[in-house]
Amino acid sequence: MKTSHLQEQWTALRTIVTKEILRFARIWVQTVLPPMITTALYLVIFGGLIGSRIGEMDGYRYMDFIVPGLIMLAVITNSYANVVSSFFSSKFQRHIEELMVSPVPNTLIILGFVGGGVARGLTVGIAVTIVSLFFSPLSVHSVAVTVSVVVLTSVVFALAGLINGVFARSFDEISIMPTFVLTPLTYLGGVFYSVSLLPDFWQSLSQLNPILYMVDAFRYGLLGTSDLALGTSYSIILAFIVALYLFALAILNRGIGIRS
Amino acid sequence: MTNPALEIRGLHKTYRNGFEALKGIDLTVAPGSFFALLGPNGAGKSTTIGIITSLINKTSGTVRVFGHDLDHEIQEVKRSIGVVPQEFNFNTFEPVGEIVVNQAGYYGIPRQEAWRRTRHYLGELGLWDQRKEMARTLSGGMKRRLMIARALVHEPRLLILDEPTAGVDIELRRSMWDFLRNINCDGRSIILTTHYLEEAERLCRSIAIIDHGRIVANTTMKSLLAKLDTETVVLDLLAPAERLPAHDSIVLRAVDELTLEADISRGQSLNILFQLLDRHAIKVQSMRNKTNRLEELFIRMTQTPSNRGKEIRTAR
Repeated sequence: MKTSHLQEQWTALRTIVTKEILRFARIWVQTVLPPMITTALYLVIFGGLIGSRIGEMDGYRYMDFIVPGLIMLAVITNSYANVVSSFFSSKFQRHIEELMVSPVPNTLIILGFVGGGVARGLTVGIAVTIVSLFFSPLSVHSVAVTVSVVVLTSVVFALAGLINGVFARSFDEISIMPTFVLTPLTYLGGVFYSVSLLPDFWQSLSQLNPILYMVDAFRYGLLGTSDLALGTSYSIILAFIVALYLFALAILNRGIGIRS
Repeated sequence: MTNPALEIRGLHKTYRNGFEALKGIDLTVAPGSFFALLGPNGAGKSTTIGIITSLINKTSGTVRVFGHDLDHEIQEVKRSIGVVPQEFNFNTFEPVGEIVVNQAGYYGIPRQEAWRRTRHYLGELGLWDQRKEMARTLSGGMKRRLMIARALVHEPRLLILDEPTAGVDIELRRSMWDFLRNINCDGRSIILTTHYLEEAERLCRSIAIIDHGRIVANTTMKSLLAKLDTETVVLDLLAPAERLPAHDSIVLRAVDELTLEADISRGQSLNILFQLLDRHAIKVQSMRNKTNRLEELFIRMTQTPSNRGKEIRTAR
């Protein structure tokens, strides 16, 4: 009986994740291609043209230094965007009701949407990595750190996108967070520079930015160099996952934004 | 003892803006019945359905579906219900077949079995050939049928249809009636809300009328229709009547020069009407019922007191 119930739940979860993957795969020109082009432009302009005048950063060619940050930038924005747009449009078109009337528990709804967001984040991450290979040789210092950090970071931002999608009441409200919070934090999270270059005050302030830890840990995974302790970065990422998951579950259980 | 398909007790709903949509309704739907829930716009029908299907939070009261309590056994309640909402609520950018298969997946039905059922229900509803088309390309009637297939794919014991034939042409509506009658005959309980009262009269054996958040009638269709004490017939005349005769139990009104309406008391012979017309040399070419009988009752039961007062005065 219990096995059958677990099988049903597994089928339901697989259905949501597959649906989410097909959704972004159908519109790959809007979802996968743009970050590849943007990354290529970043690498040509910042890495190639400007980077050649900057010289080395933390002992690496500037081009090689920014590649991990650009991959993380793509993973973060796409994990977030996938879930926020998918969840909001399911509210807007009311097909979220398909899930609400079914016996799928809220935990599985969260896991399903997050699974879709992570799938897009990783797909785009791999696509962007392939683009970067044309500009910089890829060396992986630690496969375990690289993969775990990118997956966990993707989970953090997929959860954040879900929460944004639950609260959003208009299309404007799904673009406010990415524009005014996510992008500035990502750019200030050490994508293009090492925080050790900053004056002490700005270094201390930067340490309040969670994205800094994610970019730094990912850079460690690829290049083997970091400004921050790896254990601190993992702790912060995991703490965010737990906090955001519990918050998402609480608001779905209360029916905020989806139930009158 | 068999549990009722639906049992509602003291159901209240007050929205955040203070609007009291349901004022303590009680409702029982017997298993296997074809039940009509009627009421004017804003009466509380969709709120009731929203609460039963977990789309709206209730303020107080209890809801049981086949004995399962909505508050304590929500998963069982959800498994027992299939719902066809009033508004289209599927992803219009998804293929028709996938919409139904995915819905089956949410109920834990493995993909192969989900496709078998999808083929069956889309086939029954004439949509199997459209399974690969995006849902947005379907006509209004097809979209309604898609929602019926989606609601049935997990084979619920109770099917709730909120105005399923709205905007559907008469030919298609009749084929949908046949389909619904068949699945009801197979033992599935059905609750239907509709604005087409003829639809309710033809399909449903039991009926509840809700008005201003209260149930004003909850009985069998037969006993409700038995409450009608008059019937109105329309008479097309061969020539204009010079004056309308008066009679104790028949009220005659002129609609236009060649048309009369006659209100006849229930149980009274039509011969009296024709004898009256004959005595006054009024020649009738044809005769028909004015309205659907249920419509007549519905209007009476859901009129506001002020409107009712006006009508009585007019009749006098």
